[in-house]
Amino acid sequence: MSLHPLQARFSEEIAAATDLNALDAVRVAALGKSGEVTELLKSLGKMDADTRMAEAPKIHALREAVTEAIATKKAALENAELDRRLATERLDLSLPARENPKGSVHPVSQVMDELAEIFADLGFAVAEGPEIEDDWHNFTALNIPETHPARAMHDTFYVAGEHEWPMVLRTHTSPVQIRTMQNGKPPFRVIAPGRVYRSDSDATHTPMFHQIEGLVIDKAITMGHLKWTLETFLKAFFERDDIVLRMRPSYFPFTEPSAEVDVGWSIEKGRRVVGGCEGWMEVLGSGMVHPRVIAACGLDPNEWQGFAFGTGVDRLAMLKYGMDDLRAFFDGDLRWMKHYGFSFLDVPTLSGGVGA
Amino acid sequence: MKFSLSWLKDHLDTDADAATVAETLTRIGLEVEGVENPAEALKPFRIVRVVTAERHPQADKLQVLTVDAGDGEALQVVCGAPNARAGLVGVFGGPGTYVPGSDFVLKKASIRGVESNGMMCSARELQLGEDHDGIIELPSDAPVGISFADYAGLDDAVFDVAITPNRQDCMGVRGIARDLAAAGLGKLKPLNVPAIEGSFDNPVEIRIEDAEGCPAFFGRTVRGLTNGASPEWMQRRLKAAGQRPISALVDITNYVMLDLGRPSHAYDLKELKGAIVARRAKDGEKVMALNEKEYELNSSMTVIADEAQVHDIGGIMGGEHSGVSETTTATLLEVAYFTPEPIARTGQKLGLTSDARSRFERGVDPAFLDDGLAILTSLILDICGGEASRVTRAGQPPVEDKQVTFDPERTSALGGLDVPAGRQEEILESLGFRIDGGKATVPSWRRDIDGPADLVEEVTRIVGYDAIPSTALPRQEGVAKPTATRSQLVERRVRRAAAARGLDEAVTWSFVSEKEAALFGGSAHILANPISEEMKHMRPSLIPGLAAAARRNEDRGATSIRLFEVGRRYLSDAERPTVGLLLAGDSQPRNWQSGKARGFDAFDAKAEVIALLEAAGAPVANLQLVMGAGETWHPGRSATLGLGKNVLAAFGELHPRVARELDTPAGTVAAEIYLDAIPAPRTSEHARSAFTPPALQAVTRDFAFIVPASLAADALVRAVKGADKALITDARLFDRYEGEQGLSLAIEVTLQPGEKSFTDAEIIEVSRRIVASAEKLGAQLRG
Repeated sequence: MSLHPLQARFSEEIAAATDLNALDAVRVAALGKSGEVTELLKSLGKMDADTRMAEAPKIHALREAVTEAIATKKAALENAELDRRLATERLDLSLPARENPKGSVHPVSQVMDELAEIFADLGFAVAEGPEIEDDWHNFTALNIPETHPARAMHDTFYVAGEHEWPMVLRTHTSPVQIRTMQNGKPPFRVIAPGRVYRSDSDATHTPMFHQIEGLVIDKAITMGHLKWTLETFLKAFFERDDIVLRMRPSYFPFTEPSAEVDVGWSIEKGRRVVGGCEGWMEVLGSGMVHPRVIAACGLDPNEWQGFAFGTGVDRLAMLKYGMDDLRAFFDGDLRWMKHYGFSFLDVPTLSGGVGA
Repeated sequence: MKFSLSWLKDHLDTDADAATVAETLTRIGLEVEGVENPAEALKPFRIVRVVTAERHPQADKLQVLTVDAGDGEALQVVCGAPNARAGLVGVFGGPGTYVPGSDFVLKKASIRGVESNGMMCSARELQLGEDHDGIIELPSDAPVGISFADYAGLDDAVFDVAITPNRQDCMGVRGIARDLAAAGLGKLKPLNVPAIEGSFDNPVEIRIEDAEGCPAFFGRTVRGLTNGASPEWMQRRLKAAGQRPISALVDITNYVMLDLGRPSHAYDLKELKGAIVARRAKDGEKVMALNEKEYELNSSMTVIADEAQVHDIGGIMGGEHSGVSETTTATLLEVAYFTPEPIARTGQKLGLTSDARSRFERGVDPAFLDDGLAILTSLILDICGGEASRVTRAGQPPVEDKQVTFDPERTSALGGLDVPAGRQEEILESLGFRIDGGKATVPSWRRDIDGPADLVEEVTRIVGYDAIPSTALPRQEGVAKPTATRSQLVERRVRRAAAARGLDEAVTWSFVSEKEAALFGGSAHILANPISEEMKHMRPSLIPGLAAAARRNEDRGATSIRLFEVGRRYLSDAERPTVGLLLAGDSQPRNWQSGKARGFDAFDAKAEVIALLEAAGAPVANLQLVMGAGETWHPGRSATLGLGKNVLAAFGELHPRVARELDTPAGTVAAEIYLDAIPAPRTSEHARSAFTPPALQAVTRDFAFIVPASLAADALVRAVKGADKALITDARLFDRYEGEQGLSLAIEVTLQPGEKSFTDAEIIEVSRRIVASAEKLGAQLRG
């Protein structure tokens, strides 16, 4: 079958079209309602059978060839047009993009979240209590009577005015022990973090700071459990296995026996860090809850016993994250907060680690 | 409590060196805070004899000495001391020696052309005293050539031990020695108590009228004495203990207190008139104490007085009037027992601390009055001479044979430490307990022991806490259960949501000034003894603290301040968990796209409040907004969000007056969220309801209304939304325009068809209802 004589001409005209309009003119001339190819197709109906048999394949082939050639050319012209447009479209993407402000979580909050996470794994809930406390909960129930010399160890803020019991700003988180034992049913495993107050202000003391208290009351709890709990907690908190503890006999009115706990430190890259054993620093006070304290809470000290411990949350934060000035914790200096604060994504988890 | 090693060895037979003693003290609960040996720095200084002393050829005030350091060689030294002379025996430091009192290192030097090979030292240069008028002069028989520190007995470590308040018995060297002996560091030497009968009757009558405060007063007179300086050895020990030597009588009473934990007092007999009485003070009675301060007393306080006046604030401090001096030739000695609790109360009321108080309020050994008085008398007779009277004993000290249950099993049951029963008895006996079957009799000096737990501590501390085996806490089966309460979770979520939105978390003081508190309705809790007026009132709001922080930040040059705090407000009925937030400075810094910097406005505060309420689980869509959040807020630019009467948050601009008083940065907006007002969500089930997306797409229609200027946009949106609760799923205000016709608000309404698409008639009907609903608020559909 030979090519239709019109094909060569249309091929030339399609090739010659320089834009989409010209190409469309060719399409109309060939394939439009009264285009030449359309006319040829219409003429098939008027032919006799033999002629049609001979002409039809040629005419159909012509239509297909022209259609395809137009489509191909159209795609080529469109690409060329896009390239031309793209050549003119340009952004200087080195310009700064819109920024969102970055916020921060205070180290004290972060450390409290870390402590809650660690102790949750050991089965401790988080307990809370008032910061303006009566002196029965803050002192008397903790075996610190009015004339006890230990009261002089606390530089207590008193609340003015007449009250049934003198009111103080709690000097430690230990009254939460009392409230926990009074209001619940043993056994207990709680930690109680929060603000505490002492009338003290110098380079290393602020009148407000944060403590965390731990309390376990059960049957057959011994100092061995206390030792294990503190070791386990400090290893998890500092994320080091070389944490070394030293328990020293000491005195707190609300525990008997009582122990101060020192943790070993070492020098790494010129900084003192927790871990190893080049020297000792005091980090915790602890002991077995005094039978009188247990009795003051309405429990039978012959049946229930356990341990309590307490330490400074701010101090733990400083030891772990390297701040050296406690006063800056409460200044609200944005530069300090951006330097020592934490991202909202630093949620402590057991699988992801409790340190950030 | 400070004492030297040699002093300790008066009571403890031991070969232990200072390091071992220190380590053991800390291990058994007597925490060593420091060990110092004055000899360390003085080791290189030697005793020398000045052989010749000639005038320096170039200087009138200098001499050229030759000194003999015992090795046969004569050293030439230039010396400026006026007392330098041939034959003097003194202390010499050679080249290379560090001089502690002057903080320099000696060198071989030429002084005005004469070679000098070191220095003859003054007391001050060796930090042995203040004397710098001349060089140290030693007795002429002092051994030339040996170390001065050895000769002077300075090679004696001094321990500084922190004594916990329960251990009065260790506020004397002997008690510490007893503990060390129990810990196996040597043997406690027997205490030598001389028997002094006295040769005449005590001329002073002693009576007790306040047996409650002072149950016992033992006394005697010593007459014919000389109150000069105390001997060198005693002064050295007192200085080591941090006490200033005063006179023999004062030093001896101090020494007995530090040595044996037994305070006493010596009165100048010639200043006393008539009988000496232990009685309550009269209200308003005054006494000038030995610290040269006057104290006003009241009837709760025990004093020692004669017919004329008060001479002693019992057990705390003696009076100036009858204090002993160099003219004292006769003294009345007081060895009394004061009851601890009243002593503590009196000391607290007077704000007066003393070595005697710290011992009496902890409870001195009530069985040690006679022996204490005998030892005191004996030292006075030895040092001051004179003769002692017989003893007057008024009252009886409260000596009791206290017994506590001793069950060796408790040591492992409570202490976690297995110690054989025999060893436990041995330890307790070495501490002075007597064990008899299941009972332990407590020694009279251990007032702190009153139960089996105390015995456990005694045994475990002497064996050592190191020996306690670490024992795992029993663990619940399976994965640890969640422990956080809802309010704890809410705080955590809100905190991290705020940080995610670009706010920085501050922690500010719980106390504010009176002025700051007053701006927020005043404080319900005011401190009686604040650090300062600025920190006196427990905060009724978190905003003053954040405002002060914002002020400091702006002063430091911060341009964009976004602060929040999660903490408590201290109200009269409760401490309420609250979020405070404060925005100041640039909300958007100037930018190449958006142009000039943009400040914060009340809508920024609103956006934070809604986001944080949502994080806290509050039903944000249902909250009602009420304009004007109260007196501290700008009346027209603040609002509260709440559920009925329950206010969940307040936000907006501060009242300009409040802003000025707080000195907040210009353009500050703020908010408070009351966390405890947020209702708990109804369901805590994990499974959600089934997902049933509508079959047909929602359609939207816009409505623009001309509204009265006073109409709250929120009210219009609610009215529109409420026009057909079945079909209207959302209504959102998207345009606000004030033109000639008045205020125009435009709302996009979302309509959700059910099974079938809306017909035109249905749309028209809904639109009619929307317009009717809006018209009730005075709104007119815009033409």
